[in-house]
Amino acid sequence: MITVTRDDFSVDEELKRLNKPTVGGFVSFVGTVRAESEGEHVESMEIEVYPEMAVKQLEAIRGEAMSRFGVEDISIIHRYGDLAVGDNIVLVAVSAGHRAAAFDACRYVIDELKKRVPIWKREHTPHGARWVEVGRPDKV
Amino acid sequence: MRLRVRYFASIREWTRLREEEVDLPEGSTAEALKREVERRHDKLDNPEGTILVAVNGGFVEPTRVLRQGDEVALFPPVSGG
Repeated sequence: MITVTRDDFSVDEELKRLNKPTVGGFVSFVGTVRAESEGEHVESMEIEVYPEMAVKQLEAIRGEAMSRFGVEDISIIHRYGDLAVGDNIVLVAVSAGHRAAAFDACRYVIDELKKRVPIWKREHTPHGARWVEVGRPDKV
Repeated sequence: MRLRVRYFASIREWTRLREEEVDLPEGSTAEALKREVERRHDKLDNPEGTILVAVNGGFVEPTRVLRQGDEVALFPPVSGG
C-alpha cells in the first residue's frame, strides 16, 4: 500500500497489517528528522510533495521491488507538512518469506524513492530556511 | 496549444506561482516549455540551474513533444526519504 499523508504512522500497526502465514520476516526502514544537516543545526522541517506524481512513482517502485525480489508485500508511507526534530518522515515496510529478499527490497525502495519521487525537504536552521535538492532519476 | 504547468518547491518560489497556463506552438518540446518559463520569470533565482520536467506524472527527456491537455510540472532535484 502507498500512503502520502500529513499524519504520523505506527510501524507496529503497519507490520501487523502485512503479517500472514506465508511471511517469515519483516524489514522496515524509518526515516526521521535529524537535528543536523551539513554542519548546521536543523530546528524543524517542511516537506512539500507533488501528490499525484509521488503516488504514481511510489506505485511503480513498489511494483519493481515486488517482482524483482519476490517479496510478499511492501508498504510505503511518506509524510509531508511541518515536522519537528525526531518526527517520522518515511516508512518502508517489507514482508517476505525469507530475510535476504526483504532486506534487498527495502533498500531498493528507499534508494529509488530518494532519486525519483517528487518530494522536497525544506530545513529551518538558525540562518534561515533552505531547500534540500539532491536526487534525480538515473534515466527518464 | 495550451498547457497547464505546475511548479513545486524552489521553482514554485521562483515563479511565485503554483501553476499557470502556457501557450506554445503545436509540436513544442519539454525543453521549449522550460525556456518559455525561464523567459516569463526572468528574475531567475535558481543558482543550481537544474529544473526537472515531468509530463502526466512521469519524467521526460527534453526532446519529448508536448500535446494539448498534458499536465506538465517543473521542479528541482528531489529530496524525499
